[in-house]
Amino acid sequence: MAKMTLDQLRALRAQKQEELGKRNVEGKDIQVIVGMGTCGIAAGAKQTFDAIVAALEKHNMAGKVVVRQTGCMGLCYVEPTVEVVMPDMPTVIYGKMTSDVAVEIVVKHLSAHSLLDSHIFDRPAVDIVKH
Amino acid sequence: MAYKNFILVCGGTGCESSRSDEIYKGLIREAEALGVSHDVQVVKTGCFGFCEKGPIVKVLPSESFYVEVKPEDAHDIIAEQVIKGREVTRLLYRKDRKSDITKLEDIGFYQKQFRIVLRNCGVINPESIDEYIARDGYRALEKALFEMTPEEVIAELKASGLRGRGGAGFPTGMKWEAARKAPGDVKYIVCNADEGDPGAYMDRSTIEGDPHSVLEGMVIAARAVGANFGYIYIRAEYPLAIERLKIAIQQAKEYGLLGKDILGSGFDFDIEIRLGAGAFVCGEETALLQSIEGKRGMPRPKPPFPAIKGLWGKPTVINNVETLANVPVVLIRGAKWFSSIGTDKSKGTKVFALTGKINNSGLIEVPMGTTLREIIFDIGGGIRNGKKFKGVQTGGPSGGIIVEKDLDTPISYESLTALGSMMGSGGMIVMDEDDCVVDVSKFYMAFCVDESCGKCAPCRIGTKQMYGLLDKISKGQGEEADLVKLEEIGRAMTKASLCMLGGSAANPTLSTLRHFRDEYLEHIRDKKCRAGKCKSLVVYEIDPTKCIGCGLCARRCPVPCITGEKKKPHVIDASKCLKCGECFAACKFGAVVKR
Repeated sequence: MAKMTLDQLRALRAQKQEELGKRNVEGKDIQVIVGMGTCGIAAGAKQTFDAIVAALEKHNMAGKVVVRQTGCMGLCYVEPTVEVVMPDMPTVIYGKMTSDVAVEIVVKHLSAHSLLDSHIFDRPAVDIVKH
Repeated sequence: MAYKNFILVCGGTGCESSRSDEIYKGLIREAEALGVSHDVQVVKTGCFGFCEKGPIVKVLPSESFYVEVKPEDAHDIIAEQVIKGREVTRLLYRKDRKSDITKLEDIGFYQKQFRIVLRNCGVINPESIDEYIARDGYRALEKALFEMTPEEVIAELKASGLRGRGGAGFPTGMKWEAARKAPGDVKYIVCNADEGDPGAYMDRSTIEGDPHSVLEGMVIAARAVGANFGYIYIRAEYPLAIERLKIAIQQAKEYGLLGKDILGSGFDFDIEIRLGAGAFVCGEETALLQSIEGKRGMPRPKPPFPAIKGLWGKPTVINNVETLANVPVVLIRGAKWFSSIGTDKSKGTKVFALTGKINNSGLIEVPMGTTLREIIFDIGGGIRNGKKFKGVQTGGPSGGIIVEKDLDTPISYESLTALGSMMGSGGMIVMDEDDCVVDVSKFYMAFCVDESCGKCAPCRIGTKQMYGLLDKISKGQGEEADLVKLEEIGRAMTKASLCMLGGSAANPTLSTLRHFRDEYLEHIRDKKCRAGKCKSLVVYEIDPTKCIGCGLCARRCPVPCITGEKKKPHVIDASKCLKCGECFAACKFGAVVKR
């Protein structure tokens, strides 16, 4: 890059801040957890994951949401599965989350705070580690 | 490109020497081999500080904190965590056998720390200026160039209470003001990165982990003082730090953050690196300047201070690495915020390199006013192998020993000096009951004899004389009058030496004499070294009631001087014994005793 002006430096900082922010989990209180056990991956969980990350970016929500992956959630019959944890909403596990449906989570659940009834399959079991 | 995981691998010298570079390359290779290189970004960062458990690898966003990682573990981290999303539990940090700790914040080591200088260490890739910029990097420079006058910058620094972190604690703002007011159109900024205390590595780690913070501090200093050229004086034995500095300078030049007309402000500033040959005295500012000028590194009397007459006779500001790394934060967060941290006269934080007989060796940063007890027992995790704490040496060969009863003193420049030690640059060496004060004093004095430049008599002759007396005592040939002589010479050196090398060389001896006089007397009267460190005074013997005659000690003895029939008690011939301690370490029955 050639020498920068003050405005260019500021623009670069804003851009890089966003990129680096994705590593940071602080201040992000929404978690989207994709079940990526063997069954999940075989059913297309990787595509689902990519679709969610892309949709978050498209809707400018990447700064608020942590997208994580986890092992098999046990609902192998409705893979891929995605768990959504966020304030003021019940924690739910969505199933049959193909990449196009996954985009709807971002639009409906995360943005509009409404559940996708047709895809809710469960709520998480009691976490024995916490209790 | 959207990454799912970020793997941060420590690229500090400590972790690199335990093969973190192989881990870094291995992770990239495995990610490619398993077809997930578009899912994971592997980043090499600066020191995490938890050197005891290195190499350190941190995985985001799960915040898994892996310790003592080996290159062979790269496969599991990629295959398990990146592909399947499962933490590699066997690599997680464990405080004890039962518990796994996954998050950095849960580790006791980090709980009491407050990281200003080390804000980016272990967070960003030190070889990426973009990542530094993203973390508010060069924002303070914007302020200094476009939003504040040089006078306002100096006023802010003065109000912040920031003091020199090289050890002496001179207020940074006042130093800058003196250089600004000094007449002359050519002025210089020098960064002192000649870190020489045995066991200290704060500056090296700061440069390795966040080189741009130092560069930014220098440009701001230059703007405030009115300098257009700067030098970083760093020892050649810090190759990784030098490499990262070179990269950082190159990047800053490309971005127009160094060089002519910085960010279109009309202000010019350039930096060159000068390599030192590793002489301790060159950390002394006037000797350092001589060395930059290409002369033999020897101090000269002050005044005139370098701020008035420094490099090539021009006004020069010399700041330590850590001081400069504080500067951008002072300008961004403001003097009020900065001065709210720390004690009455010592503001902000201090970085320490915690080493010695301590559980968690590492690089730490704590607010001024933290007590030594908190550092050693809460952060450092206490003494190794359940031994008893004896003392902590702060300030390296220039400092003194601080003992148990003074551990609750809040740390500040003044409080440490009052205890007969000093802040120094931040080395902190913890000693336990197995360390002998005579031996330790002798070690530091030998260091000073080697490193004395020889220019002034008090230091050149005094260090040699004191070493001779300490050596005599450690061999059991000392007299009680020697202790008085040690104190007399020590006091004379402290008063009469030209620079602080000689002025503080007696500190370790004088402070141990004050706190552990009985141990010195034991060496002299009883010819006994209770820690068993002074070899001449140690006698190894075999307890015939415990010896089963296995012969292991005799096989290990390099002389050999251990004899005896099989299955019968053996005997050590003391006249031939080298006192290497091999037999003591070898015996499984506790039959070899040290006396």
